[in-house]
Amino acid sequence: MIALDIHLQRGEFLLDLVLASRARALALFGHSGCGKTTTLLAIAGLLRPRQGRIALDDDVLFDSGAGIDLPPPHRRLGVVFQDARLFPHLSVRDNLRYGMPQRTAATPFDDVVHLLGLSTLLKRRPGQLSGGQTRRVAIGRALLRQPRALLLDEPLANLHREARAEVLDHLRRLKQEFALTTILVSHQYDEVAALADAVARIGDGRLSSLADVDAFMASAPAPAGATLVSRPRATR
Amino acid sequence: MTLLTHAETVALALSFKVSLVGVACSLPVAVGCAWLLARTRFFGKPLFEGLLLLPLILPPVVTGYVLLIVFGHHGAIGRLLDAAGLSIAFRWTGAALAAAVMAFPLLVVALRNAFESVDPKLEHAAATLGAGPWRIFFGITLPLSLRGLVAGLALAFARAFGEFGATITFVSSIPGQTRTLPIALYELVSMPGGEHGALRLTLLAVVIALLAGLIAALMLLRGSRSGGGEA
Repeated sequence: MIALDIHLQRGEFLLDLVLASRARALALFGHSGCGKTTTLLAIAGLLRPRQGRIALDDDVLFDSGAGIDLPPPHRRLGVVFQDARLFPHLSVRDNLRYGMPQRTAATPFDDVVHLLGLSTLLKRRPGQLSGGQTRRVAIGRALLRQPRALLLDEPLANLHREARAEVLDHLRRLKQEFALTTILVSHQYDEVAALADAVARIGDGRLSSLADVDAFMASAPAPAGATLVSRPRATR
Repeated sequence: MTLLTHAETVALALSFKVSLVGVACSLPVAVGCAWLLARTRFFGKPLFEGLLLLPLILPPVVTGYVLLIVFGHHGAIGRLLDAAGLSIAFRWTGAALAAAVMAFPLLVVALRNAFESVDPKLEHAAATLGAGPWRIFFGITLPLSLRGLVAGLALAFARAFGEFGATITFVSSIPGQTRTLPIALYELVSMPGGEHGALRLTLLAVVIALLAGLIAALMLLRGSRSGGGEA
């Protein structure tokens, strides 16, 4: 269960989002500047809502009324940022291990490395990786955190076609292998169709609609695979 | 035949000791202050920053005199140190304190720039991976600031090595205790027949300053080329 009630002012932009979904994988869909990433950062604890409540399953991460505001390290979320944010001075292996809980057996590490095809990259530095490889390492690092939920901020953005297909394929397999609550920020129809169970369409900081992915795709104004045409970036 | 006289060698060795100890003592405080300046906002920050830079702006003699007032035998802290048997006035430890104070602003400025060059988004990413503030600082911020830190240390060492005004005011010129290379040089310049010695020490000071400047420039140049921020 994903329950969001977020009221957050960021400059002139006001996010006023209320939604509840039982979907295992929820996509936040909308134009650039509509508040998708702001929502994700608030869930991750990197932005503090003025008021509201954020709960994933039975875990309350933020509740202004009850005075609950778990700091980011204690939220146990796997965040995959759009710009990956791998640590440039650490090897791929050390990046992957950075968020692993202590006393984690070797098995999850090996499994994730195998699943994401990272075994030949472990000794490299992030600067030596391609865009698709960088994104796969970021996904692996988030998974090895053993999170209660995975937050993906446009995981396919700025990748060329082959890298995009490669990362999307890995994400599909992850969705099947790990029964993880996932919140995906996207403005790509094919990405949403492949990875989400339900879609929350956001417009100007508010929820426009919430539907399961089939209903969303059926009502999509653009053909699958198309990108939602971005409006000029709002102040955010 | 040796290049330096015994007195010059003693002054050179003392300068190295005083500068290294001074910079080492300055470093932890400078790291804390630079991090505060780079990563936090608080009331009175410009005033705080101005106070940190004071030793760079004030005439060194003023700084030395303030140190004498506070840490001298009759000073508030000096009396406590004397009582504890840790007197620093007119000792090499006092010269090291003067060097630490004079080198401190350079270290703060260099470290602040180095910390600011690290993208805070990397620290945010580390936080979402479960890292607390100390682990983030020592695992992410500090390693990514390493070039700036080394450059700052080189400049601070050079500043400490060349320190004269505050040192002579605070701890005077005692051979083997407080007569550092710049003070020895000053005395040679003031002394008839001291020209050759003065020239030797001048050359030494220039070489050491050049080496420090070279290290700082190389670090800053390579740092600016490699970025060191966003992955």
